[in-house]
Amino acid sequence: MRIEPIPQCAELVEEHLPGNSVELRLVFPCTQPNVRRALSSTMSGLGAMNLCEDDSSTVELVLAEVLNNVTEHAYRDEATGMIELHLKQTENGLSCRVIDNGQCMPRNSPPQGHPPNPNRPLEMQPEGGFGWFLIRHLTSDLTYMRNAASNVLSFRIAVGQSVSRN
Amino acid sequence: MQLETAHYDDFMVVTLLEDRLDAAIALDFKDTMRDLTLDAPPRVILDLANVRFLDSSGLGAVIGAMKQLGNRRKLELAGLKPAVDKVFRLTRMDTIFVIHPDLASALEGTGTSQTGQAHAY
Repeated sequence: MRIEPIPQCAELVEEHLPGNSVELRLVFPCTQPNVRRALSSTMSGLGAMNLCEDDSSTVELVLAEVLNNVTEHAYRDEATGMIELHLKQTENGLSCRVIDNGQCMPRNSPPQGHPPNPNRPLEMQPEGGFGWFLIRHLTSDLTYMRNAASNVLSFRIAVGQSVSRN
Repeated sequence: MQLETAHYDDFMVVTLLEDRLDAAIALDFKDTMRDLTLDAPPRVILDLANVRFLDSSGLGAVIGAMKQLGNRRKLELAGLKPAVDKVFRLTRMDTIFVIHPDLASALEGTGTSQTGQAHAY
C-alpha cells in the first residue's frame, strides 16, 4: 500500500488488492484547482493498471466531466463541499463511485446528454452541454441515487479489456 | 494561462503554452482569445500541440473562440494530440473546424516560414 498525499486533499489511499487489482479512494474539497490535482493523483494512482494511452485518456476525460459537474452544478462553484471518489479495478474495467453533498440533479435524474449537432449554423452552436454526452457515451451501468443529502453517482468505464500496448 | 501569437499579413498563429485546456482555464482562454483576435486577419490558426488534455469546457471555449471571430474570419486548429482529437471526434465538432495535423501543414502554401512578429502573453 502506498499513501500519496496531495495538497489540500484530505485523503488518497491506493491499495493493491489480491490479484493486483487497484482500488483508490480520494476525498477533496471541491474547487476547480482541486479537481485538477485530484485527476493528476488519480491518473498516477491508476498507473498499476497499465492502461493504454487511449483508455487512460478516456478515464481522465470521464472523471473530469463528472467532477466538473459536481463543482459547477451540485456545489454551484461555491467551493463549499467535499467530493468523494472511489475507483476500483474490476474484470469489466474501472468501477467508479462519486459522492457529494451538493444540490440534487435536476428532476432527480442525470441529464440525457443528447448528441451534439455539428450541422447547425456556427452562431447557433452551443458552447456547453457536451459533458453528459461524453459521460454517457464513455460509460456503462450509470446509476444515480439521492441519499438523504448526498448524491451518489456510479458507473463503469470499460477500460483495460485488451492487452496493454505499453 | 500562457499564449503566444505570431502575426503575418493575412493570418495569425496563436499557440497555447498549456498542457491542459480544461474547466480551470476555459473562461480565461475564451476571453483572452477575444482580446487577441479583435483585429485578427481572416485566418486564425490555433496551435494546440502543447495541449495533452481537453475537457468539454475546453471544447466549449474553442467553439466560443471560433464564434467570436464572426462569419468573415475562421479559426483553424493544428496539432491535436490523440486525447484532444478524441473529444472533437466524439462530439463531431471536428467537422466544424479545419484541422491541420500540425502547424507546418497549416502554413503550407502561405509562402511563409514561421517567422512572423511574435508576442507572448
